[in-house]
Amino acid sequence: MTITHGISRGRVEILQFRRDRTAVVFTFAFPALLLLLFGTIFGDSYDQPGVSASHVFSASMIAYGILSTAFVTMGAGLAMDREDGTLKRLHGTPITSTSYVLGKLILVLALSVAEVVVLIAVGVLVFGMSLPDASHWLTFLWLFLLSVVACSLLGMAVSTIVRHARTAGAILNVPVVALQFISGVFIYPPTELPHWLNAVASIFPVKWMAQGFRYVFLPDGMKVNEVAGQWELGRTALVLGAWCVVGLVLCLVTFRWSERDR
Amino acid sequence: MTAIEVSGLRKSYRGHEAVRGIDLTVARGEVFALLGPNGAGKTTTTEILEGHRRRDGGDVRVLGEDPGTAGSAWRARLGIVLQNTDDAADLTVAEMVRHIGGLYPDPRPADEVIELVGLTDKRDTRIRQLSGGQRRRVDVALGIVGRPELLFLDEPTTGFDPEARHRFWDLIKALAAEGTTILLTTHYLDEAETLADRLAVIAAGRIVAEGTPATLGGPETRTVSWDGHTERVTDPTELIRKLVAEDADLSTLTVTRPSLEDTYLRLIGANR
Repeated sequence: MTITHGISRGRVEILQFRRDRTAVVFTFAFPALLLLLFGTIFGDSYDQPGVSASHVFSASMIAYGILSTAFVTMGAGLAMDREDGTLKRLHGTPITSTSYVLGKLILVLALSVAEVVVLIAVGVLVFGMSLPDASHWLTFLWLFLLSVVACSLLGMAVSTIVRHARTAGAILNVPVVALQFISGVFIYPPTELPHWLNAVASIFPVKWMAQGFRYVFLPDGMKVNEVAGQWELGRTALVLGAWCVVGLVLCLVTFRWSERDR
Repeated sequence: MTAIEVSGLRKSYRGHEAVRGIDLTVARGEVFALLGPNGAGKTTTTEILEGHRRRDGGDVRVLGEDPGTAGSAWRARLGIVLQNTDDAADLTVAEMVRHIGGLYPDPRPADEVIELVGLTDKRDTRIRQLSGGQRRRVDVALGIVGRPELLFLDEPTTGFDPEARHRFWDLIKALAAEGTTILLTTHYLDEAETLADRLAVIAAGRIVAEGTPATLGGPETRTVSWDGHTERVTDPTELIRKLVAEDADLSTLTVTRPSLEDTYLRLIGANR
């Protein structure tokens, strides 16, 4: 029952998202637009033959894409559902909170897949980035799933401090933008940043996501530009896994069907 | 068998006591109306019974369970028509009715429900494009799609045109005839009078009167007028017998029962 209800929610969530043209355009076009700008403006080259700044951005921006579809969409969506009565309506039916969250995860997963396809397409078609081999794709798969789940759960948890749905986007974008500056997405290589900022960034998921996607799409030699000089895949899995657990616990503690009593 | 049993229900918001000790019993199959002005505590009471709000004190049993702790199986037996929802604006009427129906174990067919609330010609229209009254009918459709044993209707006909309101009343009568228990809040007195088997008037968080539409406010309120005199009595027969014995001029005699509206206004006025 939980699964069928969750899938039914997921279908309705996707249907509603598709019909909201503004959401579709902004969610998908904005990261792609940034990638086009960054990739065109910055022409740095590295010691590695055939790697340009646009390739680095194409890889790192996948982390941004997932942040915007998972963290922001989830957080803002939940705040909206709380405000427009969706949650209240559902709470009057036999549906469980697990099914509701499952529906949201299905939406976020679908959006994230589409977003990542768009970004990779820009990287490959516009900037001539080459696609990796099968073993790298395997890494991509677990990295992608851990990133989406961690970001979605954290987005849900953060949405509980959002008081009005119309401010949700603004509030949620603060950590998104700040973390991208310190996590090697907008500013690369991250070794250019002060040490303590690197240390702060390594607490949060974004650095590990971006670094992981760079592992997937860049030649192995590019690892010298990372803070540790290594790809650190094991540690990436650990940190993202830990954030999934933290996010889940926060959601279980903070999720409520109705607004707080006035 | 009782559907709803409430005793000593209390609820405060930041020091303001919205509900101050309400007792209420609704039998299975009964249509019960809660009347009262805005801010009297109707919605708070209803939302506590629906499991949407926590209470500060008192005992509540709805279909045998405590709404504060009852789960999914209990919710499957309820239908709830809320006030002020604005959800699912981008879905069509049929999509939303089918979706919500699908969450219940034994739903009514979506098209049947849409027909019942008179929205068949709007079934493929997005909810965003409906008028306020049509939107409200969608709420009603979503409240009854799960074949509820107990239906909560919180000011269900706000924004209805007269024809839609009469159709809605027929629908509620039909549901009641099938045995659905209904708790209705309204500030339309004609609605309460038409639909309710029993009703209670809430003012400032308390129940100030309870009865049938005919007996609300107690039996003392018959007004007898004759020959320029007016007297309010419990037993008009006795008074008239006395007047006959006194050989009074009864050519202008009238005995009136106060309308529900008179009674209501008197009750609300006395409890402001």
